Amino acid sequence: MEKWYLMTVVVLIGLTVRWTVSLNSYSGAGKPPMFGDYEAQRHWQEITFNLPVKQWAKFINPDWIALHTSRGYESQAHKLFMRTTVLIADLLIYIPAVVLYCCCLKEISTKKKIANALCILLYPGLILIDYGHFQYNSVSLGFALWGVLGISCDCDLLGSLAFCLAINYKQMELYHALPFFCFLLGKCFKKGLKGKGFVLLVKLACIVVASFVLCWLPFFTEREQTLQVLRRLFPVDRGLFEDKVANIWCSFNVFLKIKDILPRHIQLIMSFCSTFLSLLPACIKLILQPSSKGFKFTLVSCALSFFLFSFQVHEKSILLVSLPVCLVLSEIPFMSTWFLLVSTFSMLPLLLKDELLMPSVVTTMAFFIACVTSFSIFEKTSEEELQLKSFSISVRKYLPCFTFLSRIIQYLFLISVITMVLLTLMTVTLDPPQKLPDLFSVLVCFVSCLNFLFFLVYFNIIIMWDSKSGRNQKKIS
Amino acid sequence: MAALTIATGTGNWFSALALGVTLLKCLLIPTYHSTDFEVHRNWLAITHSLPISQWYYEATSEWTLDYPPFFAWFEYILSHVAKYFDQEMLNVHNLNYSSSRTLLFQRFSVIFMDVLFVCCKCIDGKKVGKELTEKPKFILSVLLLWNFGLLIVDHIHFQYNGFLFGLMLLSIARLFQKRHMEGAFLFAVLLHFKHIYLYVAPAYGVYLLRSYCFTANKPDGSIRWKSFSFVRVISLGLVVFLVSALSLGPFLALNQLPQVFSRLFPFKRGLCHAYWAPNFWALYNALDKVLSVIGLKLKFLDPNNIPKASMTSGLVQQFQHTVLPSVTPLATLICTLIAILPSIFCLWFKPQGPRGFLRCLTLCALSSFMFGWHVHEKAILLAILPMSLLSVGKAGDASIFLILTTTGHYSLFPLLFTAPELPIKILLMLLFTIYSISSLKTLFRKEKPLFNWMETFYLLGLGPLEVCCEFVFPFTSWKVKYPFIPLLLTSVYCAVGITYAWFKLYVSVLIDSAIGKTKKQ
Repeated sequence: MEKWYLMTVVVLIGLTVRWTVSLNSYSGAGKPPMFGDYEAQRHWQEITFNLPVKQWAKFINPDWIALHTSRGYESQAHKLFMRTTVLIADLLIYIPAVVLYCCCLKEISTKKKIANALCILLYPGLILIDYGHFQYNSVSLGFALWGVLGISCDCDLLGSLAFCLAINYKQMELYHALPFFCFLLGKCFKKGLKGKGFVLLVKLACIVVASFVLCWLPFFTEREQTLQVLRRLFPVDRGLFEDKVANIWCSFNVFLKIKDILPRHIQLIMSFCSTFLSLLPACIKLILQPSSKGFKFTLVSCALSFFLFSFQVHEKSILLVSLPVCLVLSEIPFMSTWFLLVSTFSMLPLLLKDELLMPSVVTTMAFFIACVTSFSIFEKTSEEELQLKSFSISVRKYLPCFTFLSRIIQYLFLISVITMVLLTLMTVTLDPPQKLPDLFSVLVCFVSCLNFLFFLVYFNIIIMWDSKSGRNQKKIS
Repeated sequence: MAALTIATGTGNWFSALALGVTLLKCLLIPTYHSTDFEVHRNWLAITHSLPISQWYYEATSEWTLDYPPFFAWFEYILSHVAKYFDQEMLNVHNLNYSSSRTLLFQRFSVIFMDVLFVCCKCIDGKKVGKELTEKPKFILSVLLLWNFGLLIVDHIHFQYNGFLFGLMLLSIARLFQKRHMEGAFLFAVLLHFKHIYLYVAPAYGVYLLRSYCFTANKPDGSIRWKSFSFVRVISLGLVVFLVSALSLGPFLALNQLPQVFSRLFPFKRGLCHAYWAPNFWALYNALDKVLSVIGLKLKFLDPNNIPKASMTSGLVQQFQHTVLPSVTPLATLICTLIAILPSIFCLWFKPQGPRGFLRCLTLCALSSFMFGWHVHEKAILLAILPMSLLSVGKAGDASIFLILTTTGHYSLFPLLFTAPELPIKILLMLLFTIYSISSLKTLFRKEKPLFNWMETFYLLGLGPLEVCCEFVFPFTSWKVKYPFIPLLLTSVYCAVGITYAWFKLYVSVLIDSAIGKTKKQ
């Protein structure tokens, strides 16, 4: 029974941290006329509730959503309402998924499961964006997590349904769609395409189509309306990237202004091809050898490929990569903690704009301490712990002196952390030079991008060198 | 990597707990703060800008200096750091000044001083095996470092109790280690920081006299008069005298002692604070009100004779009871003395070492809380924190501690009445309560259950009470007619629990000393 008390305590800690962060400023606070994401969400509430008018809105203050007149509405009570909705959505969807996921982990002790839940719930990026900047990412990420849970536990239909809900809530979840597709396809193949596999395939197709139809039904009335929705969802007209984001194109742009040089359709093709080339190996492997572990790692590498190479990526999209990395926290604690720290750091310019410096620093430190004490990450940097054993064995066939891989990685970690701390200090204390006003943001993005490229290579190595040999070793021992 | 390991204290659970709670306190910086914030800003201004002779006379602001001189010197030292944050806060005439830098400085000063509290709690925190979370040391550290009452009173409401409790715990620890002179010295210093610790001074006095000045006992445990040591008495007296001289000396020289004492002990205030502290007088007031309502209904009382001032209207005045006899400061003093006398006698006649001292100390604090004049509900922390030390020792003490602490912490809820802080106080309270109950239950699982059905029922009743007071009541029509009902209900309900805990603790102390067991020290 003690396990449930401790899990409740962990959930309460997570909720407390979330609410205290929400006491801070939000995106666009007091900055007319554009305001920010907070105003965007309020505006969407205004639209959806007014056309047509829903009756229950009268119980809440109607001033908050009065059509047209409530633009830019800011008050203490309204802020409380908005923050409460985020907390409730989180409590209903995301947090139960995390708790259930940690309880279903195999081969680790109860204490480690609870520690795992604590670390995932303390991940700073999601807290700061949802409760500080203000968004509802926990809903889509929660649904995606339910999807992962369902599929890992062989409830394929429910898992797919949950994932379809996630996509229809936020189209960004399409980053995760390929691994889902490949894993399920792989499962169908494994069961034999002539028998059970085919049945499963048909069932899955029906569920997906049905859920999409249900969500989109009101908008199917006219072709023009459907196209309009699609245009809003996938704004290809807005260019390769906007603002500063830690992906390849933005970093490339520092040296060579490709955004201006190349025509729009070439940019599209370039990004399309590079994205798919980088994620193809992992996906093919997943179809051929579907496994739960492979599925999770493929989620990471696919989302990371999309983030690095895709079109119109926002810095907040890193959260789509962070969620799968949280899921593999128990398997490679050292690298996951490192990645999650970098992901929070990559959003630094955004967080500073929202005046969230103090919560960012505090939550990052709390997360770091939680991971260090729960997993003793600094003791888990050997090759085997990093899951690089098979890779380094293969390399040693050609280069017998390749024995210092874990040492290299440790040094890289140190360098990375020192750079991040230095850059944070510089951004906060110094003013950028006159000629280069965006110097610090660009530097942050560039450094993060380098880190992410390293992680892309690392995760792909793990996937590709994953254990046929590992399984053989287990059979032998 | 080894250096990094040591630096981050891998496996050192104590640092993790301490760092964790410090980070939580940083997150609480933007929360609501009460008038106590302005009080301390004013004191920073007074001590910085005015000469000593003016400190206890200055009255530009209504929040005059009413703590002993050591605290004033503490504010003086702080003010020299404050001037680098925001010079404006040190102007006496800048009433209610609170720029963001002022806020940051004040909050950080509390967090920083709490480091002292942490240091006093220094326990060897090396990594222990599987049973870590069940070890008493771990549980005690969490109960003290993450104490809900201390968190919300110090870091939201705004006060400086953390380091003061650290001093008290340190002095108790010294007494446990038989370093009596240091313990006495620390307590004397503490008294001159905040005179509320007078509540527990009798326990210190009697214990030091009995167990330190009389160096040996007869075989049956009673006093051996011949072993009285004059040297020790005089050295103790000297320590106390020197500390007091250091503190009050300057004011004695300036002939300001009466003024200082009138500031320290303002008896002009009423029997109860605006919100009744959940002590005996809350029950007394409630009974008085009930009787007067019944009396009016049954026409025993003339409506014209009843004084108009309601005791819970939020003003701090002197007023009369209607049915029961009115209470004077002298009456409360006598009641308090009578209440602490049995525990003092136990400490004198059947001393049971430092553990007995600790129980007597808790009883003194609790009895003074029960019967004192103009008690603040925050004073319950004075009983809760020492009781935490006892709770990990014995199952009986654990059960009393849990009742006292849960009701005591709940009674602090009215301190935070703003909407944004509502989730925080509920979440933190749930966090602390669930952890304390589950961990103590696991620690003492081999003994009989900690609560009987009555106690469980009572504690569970706190949930519906909270829902009624904060969620249901504001939407009813009674909110306009009887706005004080939630406060009254909270106060009376908690008073029942605290009285029960006090009673149970007393019974346990008396029984134990009657049996004459010598507890392990």
